[in-house]
Amino acid sequence: MNEQLPIIQVEDLSKTLGLLPVLRAVSFGVARAETIMLLGQNGSGKSTLLRLLAGLSKPTGGLVRIGGWQLPEEAQEVRRQIGLVSHQPLLYGNLSARENLDFFGKLYGLAKGARRERIAAVLDQVGLDNRMDSLVRDFSRGMQQRLSIARALLHQPEILLLDEPFTGLDQAAAATLENLVLSAQREERTLIMTTHQLGRAPSLASRALILSRGRIAFDGNIETMSAESLRQLYAEICGGAAVQ
Amino acid sequence: MKTPFRTAVLAIVNKDLRGEMRSRELLSVMTIFAFLCILVFSFALELDRLAREEAISGVLWVTLIFASMLGFNRSLAQEGDQGNLDALLLAPVSRPAIFFGKLLSSFLFTLLVALVLLPLMTVIYNKNLLNGWLMLTTVLGVFAFSTIGALLSMLTLHTRSREAMLPVAMLPVALPLLLTALRASTNILKGAPTREWLVWLQLLAAVTVIYLALCWLLCGFVLEE
Repeated sequence: MNEQLPIIQVEDLSKTLGLLPVLRAVSFGVARAETIMLLGQNGSGKSTLLRLLAGLSKPTGGLVRIGGWQLPEEAQEVRRQIGLVSHQPLLYGNLSARENLDFFGKLYGLAKGARRERIAAVLDQVGLDNRMDSLVRDFSRGMQQRLSIARALLHQPEILLLDEPFTGLDQAAAATLENLVLSAQREERTLIMTTHQLGRAPSLASRALILSRGRIAFDGNIETMSAESLRQLYAEICGGAAVQ
Repeated sequence: MKTPFRTAVLAIVNKDLRGEMRSRELLSVMTIFAFLCILVFSFALELDRLAREEAISGVLWVTLIFASMLGFNRSLAQEGDQGNLDALLLAPVSRPAIFFGKLLSSFLFTLLVALVLLPLMTVIYNKNLLNGWLMLTTVLGVFAFSTIGALLSMLTLHTRSREAMLPVAMLPVALPLLLTALRASTNILKGAPTREWLVWLQLLAAVTVIYLALCWLLCGFVLEE
């Protein structure tokens, strides 16, 4: 794979649900190991864009290339490179944390020994190694979200897509999650994250995309931006009430 | 690179069985429903001994179909309600592997109910249903129903009134299966000559193969958006 090429390339991407255009001519590229914050109001198309990048949804028009593979035609090749953390945990409540990870490890074709090692490593990483045999239905929302990240990291994907991962978390759980995101950055994974918590954006990402009515209204560096100026920019673009 | 078909299928079946062993919500509901169903039919047909005896295979198949539909709805709800189907679709496994995994676990659950039902009906209806050929017909019929049930429950998963939509979608499609399974089992229970029921059993096998092939081809379209 060419290291110079963007790992994610999106050109003129559009998506219509029924008669409603959700994304209109969206174009951007993401460099390897870059972290992008995807911002926008509810209904602006953030989750739809993540679903398209994950290959869970088919575009109405335009082009999506991940690691050189084109979606949706070559989705099978792309799947191993992607880990998704949705606002739903995507876990089975009747299974323990270890059983959930073991199941997903099998689906990703990890051999028994490698699976055992990876499960221990990711459970340790998310701080759930002492609860590995507890049923997921007994977990708090924060613990489920941490396990969800463990599931997404299990097969060591190059790209991590996080859809509002901070939703419903208390301060402590959000701080743990933030550390996990930083640790994924240290491992040089490419991250695309949606959030409504603008205060977190500059500390977690170097670049932001603001979606407004299905179009990219802002694509730029936010590393040097304070949380306050990002809020102002967001309010100018999206209007409406102040956000966190 | 895809995960091998067999690995993915076994992982899904193993996950479903393990989850069910722990919660028992699917099997208990299906078995209690099936038991109540044969009891209600038994009371309804009590006054006419002859009609009761002739209706046994009908009672068996109607009960199995309705119990299996309860199972399909619950089994796919486990995937759909928490968005878990997305997690399956994200994995590098072929769509037929996901379909076949769900089909096999639904088949095993319904077969277990059938295995409870046959001796129960033998006692309640005072007719021996523990016949090898009838059991073969039951296994084949349950597999066939599970095939279309697995596909149609995936199709109706995201519809608003899923629980009502599945029977509406499934019953017309299941009619050829019901007819052949019913004819084969009625003739077997009557003690008719082999040629009178074997043809229906062969027809059931043929329809099963056709449905399996069709579902196999269609599952990719159904599972993808």
